[in-house]
Amino acid sequence: MLYMFLVVGLLFCAVQAIRAARLLPAAFWLAGVSALLSISLYTLGAPDIAVIELSVGVGLVTVLLVYAISITDDGTPAERALVPRPLAWVLVVLASLVLAWMIVPRLGMRIAIAEPIFGRVLWQQRGLDVLGQVVLIFAGAIGVLGLLADPGAMPDQAEQAAADDRLAASVSVAVIPPSRDVLFTPEAEPEEVNV
Amino acid sequence: MMFSPLSVGLVGVIGLLGTALYGLLVMHNLIKIVIALQILVKAAVLALVLGGAASGQVNLGQSLALTVIVADTVVAVIGLALAVQVRRRFGTLDTRALSTLRG
Repeated sequence: MLYMFLVVGLLFCAVQAIRAARLLPAAFWLAGVSALLSISLYTLGAPDIAVIELSVGVGLVTVLLVYAISITDDGTPAERALVPRPLAWVLVVLASLVLAWMIVPRLGMRIAIAEPIFGRVLWQQRGLDVLGQVVLIFAGAIGVLGLLADPGAMPDQAEQAAADDRLAASVSVAVIPPSRDVLFTPEAEPEEVNV
Repeated sequence: MMFSPLSVGLVGVIGLLGTALYGLLVMHNLIKIVIALQILVKAAVLALVLGGAASGQVNLGQSLALTVIVADTVVAVIGLALAVQVRRRFGTLDTRALSTLRG
């Protein structure tokens, strides 16, 4: 019975997150989905992933969403749908029916007893997955740093070219000795002598 | 038997997938799309753990769910960073305003 309430709450929060007109309430409803999912995973006998889902889903993702919304949201309410809503409903119902048809034969199964500890499975059987996760995290961090780099901090190309020209001119004046033409002044021309 | 945790969980997975799919079809705000993707992945995480519990390999399901959570978090981070840049460049988060292609 408890699990049924958890799943109903999970679905309610998910629907509210999608229906919310403003972004900030949608982010908080998503946090509710993560919290209830964490409790559900714990009741299914998966405490390790429940803790990770709680910290990442409710903590990290919610903070990131709130940060992004604070930067980008201008309060404009949602406009009309991208796809007509009746069509979207039909597609969703069809997809749900197909999925239910595929998994109905598996309903009524019992929860099995847990086997070897989570750490051994993670590090020994799924070691390559862990390596992939590490690479993914680093790639994501570098990608975000590149995406969020401030374009105003980079010098303008025209200004940079002008600075390079000035530097080149000052270097040429310092290195190349001045020619005679530079020293010859127009006032020093000799007078014409009429014979 | 019909209301066992696994049965209820599978119904929850279908509901979450349907909700997320509806959101992806209907919404055109970049951040709302990221939220819908998050719901989609949470359904996948729940399905993985349920599958592990049903097959007697809960820890294998947990390790696979961990991989999915990490990948999904990186996707969310990069998606939000892209949304911030799109907002700076185009002044809007509407996906319909992003396409510069003209037929």
